[in-house]
Amino acid sequence: MKKLWIGVGIVVVAAIGFMAFKMLQPAPEGLNLATTRNSDANQFVVSIAPENPAFRRSDLHAWIATVKTTEGLPVENAQISVDGGMPMHGHGLPTNPAVTDYLGQGRYKIDGVRFNMGGWWEFKLAITADGISDVVTFNLTF
Amino acid sequence: MMKPLDMAAVVGVLAIAGWVAGNALMSSAGLSKAELATARSLSLADLPPLPKSVGNAVADDPRAVALGEAYFNDTGFSANGMVACATCHLADRQFQDDLPLAHGIGITARRAMPLRGVAYESWLFWDGRKDSLWSQALGPIESVVEHGFTRTEIAQKIAQDYRAPYTDIFGPLPDGLADLPAASPLGDADAQAAWQGVPAETQQKINRIFANFGKSVAAYERTLMPLENRFDRYTQAVLAGKTPTGDAQLTQKELQGFILFSGKAGCINCHNGPRLTDEFFHNNGVFSSAKPVTDHGRADAIAQVETDPFNCLGPFSDAPVGACKELRFMSRDAHTFDRAFKTPSLRGVADRAPYMHAGQIKTLGQVIAHYNAAPPAPSGHSEVKPLHLTRQEKAALLAFLKTL
Repeated sequence: MKKLWIGVGIVVVAAIGFMAFKMLQPAPEGLNLATTRNSDANQFVVSIAPENPAFRRSDLHAWIATVKTTEGLPVENAQISVDGGMPMHGHGLPTNPAVTDYLGQGRYKIDGVRFNMGGWWEFKLAITADGISDVVTFNLTF
Repeated sequence: MMKPLDMAAVVGVLAIAGWVAGNALMSSAGLSKAELATARSLSLADLPPLPKSVGNAVADDPRAVALGEAYFNDTGFSANGMVACATCHLADRQFQDDLPLAHGIGITARRAMPLRGVAYESWLFWDGRKDSLWSQALGPIESVVEHGFTRTEIAQKIAQDYRAPYTDIFGPLPDGLADLPAASPLGDADAQAAWQGVPAETQQKINRIFANFGKSVAAYERTLMPLENRFDRYTQAVLAGKTPTGDAQLTQKELQGFILFSGKAGCINCHNGPRLTDEFFHNNGVFSSAKPVTDHGRADAIAQVETDPFNCLGPFSDAPVGACKELRFMSRDAHTFDRAFKTPSLRGVADRAPYMHAGQIKTLGQVIAHYNAAPPAPSGHSEVKPLHLTRQEKAALLAFLKTL
């Protein structure tokens, strides 16, 4: 019986150790880090890139989202709302980013972005254009 | 033949031994490349230039710096003539006062914050109810438990004691200031009633002088830069390919603490960057002395900063159109911020007890114990998870914090 308890104890310790190990990982293995993705229902093809490639994640900065149809045509007059957060920490974005400019050719400027912690972030865009709504989620790691 | 359980025990022990040995090896060999990059990110080597103060046109004017320093140390800006900014922000004590709750005319509800590096912050006070340093400096002056002063009295005192330097920077003061009663929209009942009796045009002139007072104090506070610590000296030496000498040498215990800080203990999640703060608001589950909870932190501050006439978008701000991004893109989801308070910088933290927004925790060791236990929050939801640190790990973490 004593041995059983020792065994259980070891399993518990190992589990705690494993959890601690998991916490050290920046993101789950195999996470899709593509910055060009189809929206969930394949209505749009969306690319994102920081406006300034040399941005600091902790500074307020802007991203450019390029929205196209699956045929590769730019999507104009889209309404885009931004959401996201850190799935492993259970919190959202620290700011309330918004589209501030349409730059032409399906490109939208999203300003007011900040990632205040290192690790895995989700960056979600809910897009509506010509009566069609769809969502795309990007994974970013810092 | 071993029984399965015995086998499991052996495997488990070996795994743990391997983990421990791995950690020891890594430490004794110095920092890995990735760890050194993390060390740099927490050191002054990574400190960016001071951000521009968009709402304060005199933020970098040396005349405003000198005037602001004089204001900062002048006890004349208080109801009893005994309270200055410097009363709670003591220059030889990292610009804080070592007390759980600050003492002005009365006792405040929160702890005085240290000021070095404060000009890097987007949100001021523990709850971020101010969006600039100049606007923050206005708050305590009219608080009945801090300076207990009024807006008209500030204008009168400037006219009497600081007329020449004020005029040099901001232009002439209006006439008739001496005739005004002690009046403020935020003071006690008498001051508020008196403010109602001041003509709107005069109120705006007083508000302008009041804002300029804050802008001068902020110009001085911008000069209070973070100081180099032992960890900076260690990192600087290692980055330069040199062997750290003197107090720049870190012990194995201190280095282990750094690795825990940026790894298993997860401190770096919020305490990141060269000031060791993410400049954001978090509920860390710290207990409340008041039951039921009265202080909801950031949750109550969002509406305050939005409606503050002295915010970045207000008439007294010098910000150009299109600036004020912090306020414009502020997260307004108040319910997610219940009992969230600003992450403080950890520079100089070991010499700055007590801890937390109301000085609830007496020692740094007890702070580590708090995060290790991760109790549920008295209101809202704590973001902290139990850390399962051993006694030795807690000691190492404490040793590292002392290098900051």
